[in-house]
Amino acid sequence: MKENLIKGIRMTVVLLVLFVVIYPLSVWAIAQLAPNKGKGEMVAYKQSQGYSNIGQTFTKDIYFWGRPSAIDYNAAGSGASNKGASNEEYLAVVQGRIDTFLLKNPTVKKSEVPVDLVTASGSGLDPNISVSSAKVQVDRIQKARNIDSEKLITLIDANTEHPLLGAFGPTKINVLKLNIALDQLK
Amino acid sequence: MNTEIVGIFAMFLLTLALAIPLGKYISKVYGLEKTWLDFIFNPLEKMFFKLSGVNPDEEMDWKQHLKALLTINLIWFVLGMIILMTQGNLPMNPDGNPSMSADLAFNTVISFVVNCNLQHYSGESGLSYLGQFWLMFLQFVSAGTGMAAAVVVFRAFRDKSTTALGNFYAYFMKSCTRILLPLSFVVAILLVFQGTPMTFEGKDSITTLEGNVQEVSRGPAAGFVAIKHIGTNGGGFFGTNGAHPFENPTYFSNMLEMWAQMIIPFAMIFAFGFFIKRRKFSWMIFGVMTVGFLALAIPNVIGEMQGNPMIEKMGIDTSLGAMEGKETRIGAAATGYWSIATTVISTGSVNSMHDSTMPLSGMNELLAMMINSFYGGVGVGILNFFIFIILAVFISGLMVGRTPEFFGKKVEAREMKIAMIIALMHPFLILVGTALTAAMPEYGTATLNNPGFHGLSEMLYEFTSASANNGSGFEGLGDNTVWWNVSTGIVLVLARFLPIIGPVAIAGLLAQKKFIPEGDGTLKTDTATFGVVTLTVIVIIAALAFFPVLALGPIAEYFTIY
Repeated sequence: MKENLIKGIRMTVVLLVLFVVIYPLSVWAIAQLAPNKGKGEMVAYKQSQGYSNIGQTFTKDIYFWGRPSAIDYNAAGSGASNKGASNEEYLAVVQGRIDTFLLKNPTVKKSEVPVDLVTASGSGLDPNISVSSAKVQVDRIQKARNIDSEKLITLIDANTEHPLLGAFGPTKINVLKLNIALDQLK
Repeated sequence: MNTEIVGIFAMFLLTLALAIPLGKYISKVYGLEKTWLDFIFNPLEKMFFKLSGVNPDEEMDWKQHLKALLTINLIWFVLGMIILMTQGNLPMNPDGNPSMSADLAFNTVISFVVNCNLQHYSGESGLSYLGQFWLMFLQFVSAGTGMAAAVVVFRAFRDKSTTALGNFYAYFMKSCTRILLPLSFVVAILLVFQGTPMTFEGKDSITTLEGNVQEVSRGPAAGFVAIKHIGTNGGGFFGTNGAHPFENPTYFSNMLEMWAQMIIPFAMIFAFGFFIKRRKFSWMIFGVMTVGFLALAIPNVIGEMQGNPMIEKMGIDTSLGAMEGKETRIGAAATGYWSIATTVISTGSVNSMHDSTMPLSGMNELLAMMINSFYGGVGVGILNFFIFIILAVFISGLMVGRTPEFFGKKVEAREMKIAMIIALMHPFLILVGTALTAAMPEYGTATLNNPGFHGLSEMLYEFTSASANNGSGFEGLGDNTVWWNVSTGIVLVLARFLPIIGPVAIAGLLAQKKFIPEGDGTLKTDTATFGVVTLTVIVIIAALAFFPVLALGPIAEYFTIY
């Protein structure tokens, strides 16, 4: 026991130096070459800038809205609803989101509301929506901004992120980047 | 073809393609053969062994192995308690996060020492960067511990009759330096360039496009996320784990992390075959595990892509699938696949909230952990499967009326008793834990996030995850209470160390026995027939033990919504 204890402590110290000092510092050093020096990618707008991978709250009619968030896009405390599929209270919340959406987007048919716009994401910080979720908001934004809807469709197409190498994963849109482009549209 | 489905095929095939050469490499590392990384690691390890006062050539028997293993784990536990309970006043705490309470620290340290990573705290607010680094250290060494234990079993079947099973410290050190470290380093670098932060700066505060203030937690996450998958630990740097857009920023990072968590469990199976020079045996094990894995994963992919029927009834467009608790950049298909990969392997990292998956998906996640040996965690997966092999050998032996033999060694009463205790302990811990908690509404029901059948599933999931050393959760559960911290902490310790002690003891006992050469009547264990028997044993034990409780939880919930 005593012999193992001493060997164990000595080995722990050696490995602490390797895994807690050398390993993270080498990754950190290489991260200095990464976008924004490994502090998280940023995207600039107006007088400020945000994190392109971290979703933001959009509630104004003139912007594309992102997904519902259980934590109101608080990026200092990610979280989800964790509601089960059969939970009636939860289903009522989803129904409420559908009704609100239809109220604010009166030209949209119920069967056109994409599921990602009425369900909360896993992190509460989902930066993306599906393409149909962007298109379904075109009429509202066209009206609020008094802008040609053709232009909005072109904007959505230009901001659509296609599957990796054209083969793997879903097609999506970054809401923040889309809205920044929308603000620049004249 | 659907790009989400193609992505899944790519993830599986890429893992398999690289697992075979990695298995060969691992086998060489433990067999002390030459490898191409020797030029770095030979001098480095020589220095490490000297500094630790260890002679790596000193042979140990199975009991000495276990003593060394348990002692060093105890050291990590004590050190961890001290660090987590004082982190608030220690350096590297830019966000000013507090020290942990005793019960939370107890649960957290045990959970990371045992490679489980059940997290009853949230990374953004519950840990300082020093605390995160200590847990990252545990992610390396707990994986190394599991691998070292597996190598003892490898050794026991390589030599014909022996008590000398190599040196624990040597196996452990080589697992950490030659396997876990290089792989983690590569994954961490790739993650950094995908957008995972690696910074020592604290929270940032920005103004959003609409003019609100948004606080953004950051930190040295990339190094942590890499080893959490390579070591099948699964504990997230941020609260929502692999669903967080910093931990898992792109579809590529999702594929990478999927690959990272499956690669060593796959490779260890092939390493076993290379090491004992029975490659066909590896393919038998891999075949059984893959059949089991696919039987759970395919229904989940389909179920999650189909979506929630209750939301479909509301009349909206549910073609994206069940998106509650999921991320758009990953999609329902890859999320369904991950939900089983992370539960069959004991990773327990999540890229969606399992609490919000469909009832039968939840059941499959539970079953994956209840069986806990389809691939399984780094090192320990193969130990768990070994128990089922011993049971299958015994049952086959009885059926043909011969004394059961495994690789030329008689399997007798003592080994069988150990195997049975280990096989039954897992359902015992899960079911008794869940039943006790359900019987005490003030500790159990009061902490639930969902009513009815799903509520029972939440409690069941927590104990299953603890006993499988998995670490994922139905995270709606308010699990940072004294009851949950202490009860799951105890389950974690038992469910980690007994399934290491048991197989190592069986292997050690078998290794000492006289070697009987193969004859006409010898049961061949590297055939498809034996694979079917093993799979049957696994299915029967799981079904008998868990069907009743699954009927009360996910199955009952299924019938309420379909």
